[in-house]
Amino acid sequence: MAIEQPALRVDAPPRTRWQGILLALPVTLLMTVLLVVPLLIIGVNSFAQRGPDNAIIYNFSLNNYLRLLGIAEPGTWDTLYIGILIRSLWLAFQSTVLVILVGYPLAYFIARAPRRQRNFWLFLVLVPLWTNFVIRVYAWIMILRNQGVLNSLLGWFAGLFGLPFTPLDLYPSDLAVLICMVYEFLPFMILPMFTSLEKIDDSLYEAAADLGANAWHTFWRVTFPLSLPGIVAGTILVFIPVMGTFIVSDILGGRQVILVGNLIQRQFLDARDPVFGSAATIVLMVLTLAVTLYYTRKFGFAEEAFGR
Amino acid sequence: MPEFAVELRNVSKRFPGPSGEIVTAVNDVTMQIRDGEFFSMLGPSGCGKTTSLRMIAGFELPTAGEIYIHDRPMGHTPPYKRPVNTVFQNYALFPHMTIGQNVGFGLEMQGVDPKEIKRRSSEALEMVRLAGYEKRMARQLSGGQQQRVALARALVNHPEVLLLDEPLGALDLKLRKEMQLELKRLQREVGITFVFVTHDQEEALTMSDRVAVMSAGNVLQMGAASEIYEKPNCRFVADFIGETNFLDGVVKAQTGRDVDLELAGGLPCRATADEGSQVVPGQKVTVTMRPEKLGIRPWQGADNIYDGRVEEVVYIGTDTHYTVVLAGDQRLRVREQNDDPYSRPLAGIGDAVKVYCDEVSARVLTE
Repeated sequence: MAIEQPALRVDAPPRTRWQGILLALPVTLLMTVLLVVPLLIIGVNSFAQRGPDNAIIYNFSLNNYLRLLGIAEPGTWDTLYIGILIRSLWLAFQSTVLVILVGYPLAYFIARAPRRQRNFWLFLVLVPLWTNFVIRVYAWIMILRNQGVLNSLLGWFAGLFGLPFTPLDLYPSDLAVLICMVYEFLPFMILPMFTSLEKIDDSLYEAAADLGANAWHTFWRVTFPLSLPGIVAGTILVFIPVMGTFIVSDILGGRQVILVGNLIQRQFLDARDPVFGSAATIVLMVLTLAVTLYYTRKFGFAEEAFGR
Repeated sequence: MPEFAVELRNVSKRFPGPSGEIVTAVNDVTMQIRDGEFFSMLGPSGCGKTTSLRMIAGFELPTAGEIYIHDRPMGHTPPYKRPVNTVFQNYALFPHMTIGQNVGFGLEMQGVDPKEIKRRSSEALEMVRLAGYEKRMARQLSGGQQQRVALARALVNHPEVLLLDEPLGALDLKLRKEMQLELKRLQREVGITFVFVTHDQEEALTMSDRVAVMSAGNVLQMGAASEIYEKPNCRFVADFIGETNFLDGVVKAQTGRDVDLELAGGLPCRATADEGSQVVPGQKVTVTMRPEKLGIRPWQGADNIYDGRVEEVVYIGTDTHYTVVLAGDQRLRVREQNDDPYSRPLAGIGDAVKVYCDEVSARVLTE
C-alpha cells in the first residue's frame, strides 16, 4: 500500500534567504569593485594597442599574446617570454615540493605533540609573519651574501679544521630566490598540513600497529593518505603566490632572475607598456588556474572524498 | 597447547599524573585467562581494565611484572609483533579505505597473496553477516555495521587472542543485546580466546565464561559469572554486580560455614560465610542478601523471618519491588515475581509483612 508522502521542503524559508543575501552583500560589492571590474579592464586592455605617453588605443588584436608567445614576427620564434613563464613554473614547482618536504616533519611533530604544547609551536611558526615581508627578504641578503652570516660561519668551521674556504656565491642567485621562497611560504603549508594530521585519531595508529604495520607501513598506508587534504590545501596556498611574487626575485635575484611577476611589474612601472603587462597578467592567471585545476582534479580536495 | 592463553604475573602500571604525582592504574595484578574462554574484565571507569587490555595488546608497557601469551613472555614486544588483535571502542576503521581494504589490512601486512586476502576477507565479512560490503566506505555504514567490520578485521588474522575494548559501548540498547549474542556465537564458532573489557555488569554476566571484577587497579574477584553473582567475596563486588541489600551485624557464633549474627535492632540472623573465611565472635561484618532471594510470600522452613512494614512498592513489569522497613530502621528490598495472572500486588504501602530469607542467601562479607 502506497502512502502519499508530503513533498519535502528544500527551499530555505524566505527570511533566511534574505539574511543570507544581506550577509554576503558587503563582500560581493567589494569583490565586484576591486576584483571583477579591474580584471575585466585588464582583460580588455590585453587585446588593445600601446599608444604614446602610456595611452591605450582600443584597436583590438592578438598582438600582445603573440608577442608573449614569441611569434609576433612571422618566421621567427623568440623564446624570451616563454622562457620566463617556464622558469616561473619550475621555480614554483621546486618551491612547493621543498616546502612540503621541509614542512611535513614539522607539521607531524606539532600534531603529535601534547595538546598543550601545540599552540606554542604553531605560534612559533607564525612569528616570522609579524615582520614586514620585504624586511624578511632583505634579511636573507645578510645571511647569504659573500661576507654574510652563512659564509662567516662556514669559514669559521673550515678554519677550525684548517680547511681552505672560498665563500659560497649565494647572493644574488636562483638558489637564493628558492631558499627564500621556501622560507616565506613554509607557514602556509604547515598550517593546513597540521590541521589534517591533527584530525587523525590516535586509535588509527594503534589499529595499524595492532594489525601488524610497523612505523614505515603505518606512515605510508595511514598517516600520509589521511594528511593528503592538508598537502593539497597547502600546495594551493604556496604555489599560487610563488607564481606571482616579484619581490623575492627582485631583491635576491639581483635583477638577473626574472619571473612572470617581475615581467608584469616592469611592463606597468618601467616599460610603460600596460597592454603587454595586461596580457602577461591574463596568461599568468590562466596558467596558475590550469595547474591548480589539474592538480585538484588529480588529488582531489580529499576532504570531500573522506567525508566528515 | 598451553593451558593459559594470557597470563598476567604481578603486573603493575604506574604513570605520572597531571600534577606530578604517581598514579597507579594497575596494581600488582595476577590473572590467568584460559585458552578458548570468553573472559571479561569488569569494573567502573578508572579501575584499570582498559590499561590491562592495552598492556596485553602492547600499546602500553607494564611498569612491573610480565605478560605471557601462550607461555611466551611479551616483554617489550611492539603491538605489530604480538599474536593478538584488538577491537577498538570507536572501531578505528581506516576512513580512506574501503571495507574490503580495512579487513584485508592485517593480511596485507603479513604479506599474504592478494587473491588469498580477497578470499579470506570476504569469508570474514560473511561471518559477521556483511557479505558483499567490500566496496563500501566505513562512513556509509551504521554503527552496528562498523562494529562488525572491526570484528571481521581483527578475526580475519586468526589471532591467538582477541581483545575487545568496550566494543558495544556506542550502540543503542537493542543493538547491544543483539551484538552480545552475536559475539558469543562468533566466539564459539572461531574458538579464539576473547578478552572483553566492559563496565556493564549485565553484559559481562551475559557473555562471559569467567569474569574478573576490578576496582582501583586491583582484581577483587575472578570466577564464573554465577560464582561472582552468587558468592561475592567483598562488599564492592556484591554492590557492583546486580542489586543487593547490605545489613550490618555482629558475629555471635560460627560452626563451619554457618554463622549466627545479631543484626542492628537486635534481629537474629543465620548466614553463610565463604569457605575458608574465618570470623570470630564479636566481629563486625556485613551481610548481603539479593532482593530476588527474599520473599514476602511465606515459605516453609525459612531460616530467617523478619517482621516489617512496607514503605514503597514499585511495579516494573515482570516483578514488583517492595521496600520493607525492619526493626532498627533497616531496609530490605524484596523482589517478587508477578506470576499472578492479574499482577495483583502482594502488599500495599503501610502493610505489615514478614520477610523470609534462607541461610544460604544471606552471605557474610568481611571486607
